[in-house]
Amino acid sequence: MDAEAAAALGGRWVGRPVARVEDRRHLTGDATFVDDIRTAGVLHVAFSRSPHGAARIEGIDTADAEQAPGVHAVLTAADLGDLEPLVPRLNRPEFVAVEFPMLAAERVRHAGEPVALVVADSPHAAEDAVELIVVDYEADEAVGSIEAAVEHDAPRVHEQLESNVLLDVPFADDPEMDDVLAAAELVVDAEFSSGRLTAVPLEGRACLAEWERGGQRVVLHTSTQIPHLVRTTVAGVLGLDEHRVRVVAPDVGGGFGQKCVVAREEVLVCVAARVVGAPVKWVEDRVESLLAGFQGHEQRFDVRAGFDADGTMLAVDADIVADVGAYSTHPFTCGVEPLMAATEMLGPYRVKHYRCRTRAVATNKAPMAPYRGVARPQMVLAMERLLQKAAIALDLEVDEIRLRNLIPPGAFPHISATGLSIDEGSYHESVELCASTLDLPAFRERQRAAREEGRLLGIGVSVFAERTGYGTEAFAQRKMAITPGYDTALVRMDPSGSVLLSVGTSGHGQGHQTTLAQVAADRLGLTPDRVEVRQGDTDATPYGWGTFASRSMVVGGGATRRASDLLADRLKTLAAHMLEADPEDLELYDGEAVVRGAPGKSVAFEQIARLAYLETHRLPEDVEPGLECTASFDPPGTFSNACHGAIVELDPETMDVHIERYLVVEDCGVMVNPAIVEGQVRGGVAQGIAAALYEELAYGEDGQLQNASLMDYLVPTAWEIPPIEILHLETPSEFSETGAKGMGEGGTMGAPACIATAVSDALAHLGAEVDRIPITPDRLHEALREREQA
Amino acid sequence: MSDPHLISITVNGVRHETVVEARRSLADVLRHDLGLTGTHIGCEHGICGTCTVLVEGRPARSCLMFGVQADDLHVETVEGLAENGDLNTLQQAFTEAHGLQCGYCTPGFLMLATALLRENPDPTDDEIRTAMSANLCRCTGYAGILAAVRAAADADSTTT
Repeated sequence: MDAEAAAALGGRWVGRPVARVEDRRHLTGDATFVDDIRTAGVLHVAFSRSPHGAARIEGIDTADAEQAPGVHAVLTAADLGDLEPLVPRLNRPEFVAVEFPMLAAERVRHAGEPVALVVADSPHAAEDAVELIVVDYEADEAVGSIEAAVEHDAPRVHEQLESNVLLDVPFADDPEMDDVLAAAELVVDAEFSSGRLTAVPLEGRACLAEWERGGQRVVLHTSTQIPHLVRTTVAGVLGLDEHRVRVVAPDVGGGFGQKCVVAREEVLVCVAARVVGAPVKWVEDRVESLLAGFQGHEQRFDVRAGFDADGTMLAVDADIVADVGAYSTHPFTCGVEPLMAATEMLGPYRVKHYRCRTRAVATNKAPMAPYRGVARPQMVLAMERLLQKAAIALDLEVDEIRLRNLIPPGAFPHISATGLSIDEGSYHESVELCASTLDLPAFRERQRAAREEGRLLGIGVSVFAERTGYGTEAFAQRKMAITPGYDTALVRMDPSGSVLLSVGTSGHGQGHQTTLAQVAADRLGLTPDRVEVRQGDTDATPYGWGTFASRSMVVGGGATRRASDLLADRLKTLAAHMLEADPEDLELYDGEAVVRGAPGKSVAFEQIARLAYLETHRLPEDVEPGLECTASFDPPGTFSNACHGAIVELDPETMDVHIERYLVVEDCGVMVNPAIVEGQVRGGVAQGIAAALYEELAYGEDGQLQNASLMDYLVPTAWEIPPIEILHLETPSEFSETGAKGMGEGGTMGAPACIATAVSDALAHLGAEVDRIPITPDRLHEALREREQA
Repeated sequence: MSDPHLISITVNGVRHETVVEARRSLADVLRHDLGLTGTHIGCEHGICGTCTVLVEGRPARSCLMFGVQADDLHVETVEGLAENGDLNTLQQAFTEAHGLQCGYCTPGFLMLATALLRENPDPTDDEIRTAMSANLCRCTGYAGILAAVRAAADADSTTT
């Protein structure tokens, strides 16, 4: 992009790696996470959780627990009073709604499901008392996998339903599909699958509830990504007017989607605090987080793809199943993964014929919530491996087959087979740059030599379109009963001339207090340090949807820019009045309104603000006091793109995968803050590598989680994550006010496929390959054994 | 279960006397008895390193140590790093290298790196990576953390 275009899209602060204003409090220990809030007289909650995957509750005896030292209350489902049931919904005939119980009453449906809670003087006293609660469980046969869930005579997770299928959508059909596949030169038929993951934010979930005004109003501090929706939900379940609930997300120690749905514990601490008449806190421990925190990414794709002789992908016929655990979660429901997968399966590849059936099946596991990437890591894995299989069969290089199928330059917007409009991106350019940077011919030469020495070297590539900034329309198309999408910003200049920006998005590590200030600063002509960004407090911010789905810079940034422009106009109007100039001739620059071409003829923001607030008798007649503007933004959505490339070497004996080189060529449009963009890319790739090689929640068929500790659930360290090189391309978005595209999830989407194609490339000469993640050494040994036996 | 003990503990040079239950972790003593909430708790089973503090100058998982074990010992936490209100070299390097996002693991990494640089003021990149792989970060992918420790080591070697 040239300088003129950059200036048109932003100004002096957008595009610069401005240092984060968030950092200081974190570096000095001054940050305030939920458990850092000091509240006099606070009591503590601990939960009695199901030890079974599936069981009937025959009785609960809380007598001993109630008598334990320091205990104020013990609550079971019977003690919760008249709560409105929380029933997450999609408005689709294929969707089966099930209630998400706050505490289990008659049945438990996953290990870790809360059955009772204790409120006590200390966390220790509460946990001691939980041990004294006697729950009489009658264990049932559990459903521990997708395969078990869809068997004809499978036990049912929800006894009142006919099956375990909570959503079954014939998403797309194509009458020519069978003919196209029959006539195709090559048909690749494969099954891809991915392990169950959990987000592992280092701060687990945590909430603190306190009733104020004589029990009339509850203040809930919670580690959430969606404070306004938590308020709406808590108020709804408790049957309160929303003004009687205030939700505050203070500093939040990571979310990655796990905190973008409403947790029942958030409701329960409010109930518990009302019962005991004191503030009540619950801080999840790591075992609870692994066992009862929301999970995701466990999916299976059965796919047939037809190719012609030159590698053109003609058709994709997919059967997608997501293991959504025991319940739908609010607001996204169990449809979020299967519908995302079905809608966006084809990614940036021009495939004419598409058929897809997509399902959500219930199992006796903790419920699924959107975890970073949401089905796209899996569908990218499927698409890239299909292309790799075809490329091997047709003897095409990794870049050739992709360039043959990707949306070419000049063909935007591309309307996909599912009706998505993909805006302009740099798909071809990213692949070409990745291939040239990794020097494919040189690598193949090196690979040949290495193979002769018995070494296993491989190269992998993944290309994807990252849909971001989903607006209301996108969520409405998914038929969500609640349709997030827009967001709102309020910009207020105070009498000192500094600015308060209040937004409905709710960052938790993304640096929005810095980047949104950059956006506002450019529009208002002042420095970002004069813009205070407020978020996360429902009393102090406009209704908004929080931070998830890579939406905040597109939607919150767009609303910020619009509101800032309105305020800029007001400043110019007042300055024009004060300077007796035409508002059209005014520019805002460095904290002043300046008459263009007349240096020295200017008025400082402090003077304008003084007029607007403190000397309103001098205002023009038709101008109201104050300097406050609000604007919303609701974009159609915009696609980032990237090409990842990796070179790996496998240890022939241990099957350890060493990542020798990892390259990301990314294009997220205008980068508001390149340092933060790169941080998001690297963090996302790290989580993608984790999914590719290390992490998996190991559930038995009995619904028991077998690795509920960080000793056994392998979050990678600095030793496993390689240096990640990043090259930027920049195709500004037409559909966001700032030209920026969202990019918070791309790293996680691209890395599993990139690693899987690299490992498969390393094994290609042995005839082995990998279609399931995580790619663990035992799975690699097994793949090789199978090959030898064949 | 109550089993109170009077302990004396020196944190960031300030001596405190407090009564703690035998089973109270050092992390809980620091956070909830002394109000030093900069030390965070991530897993309570000694894997993530979020709660790392220095005990007698050496990094320790404060979730795996009882408060009573710190009786008569010197403890250093993140609150003691800044110098007269200014970020020290390591803290400054973390912000310049974008070594933090959500900030939850940051105090643990700062204390871990402080110990490394005291023991080995001129570490190789491999030594930094090895030492920093004691702790978990879920946001950054570690690159910024490693770069920050490198920069802090280089800055200190040029000033001494």
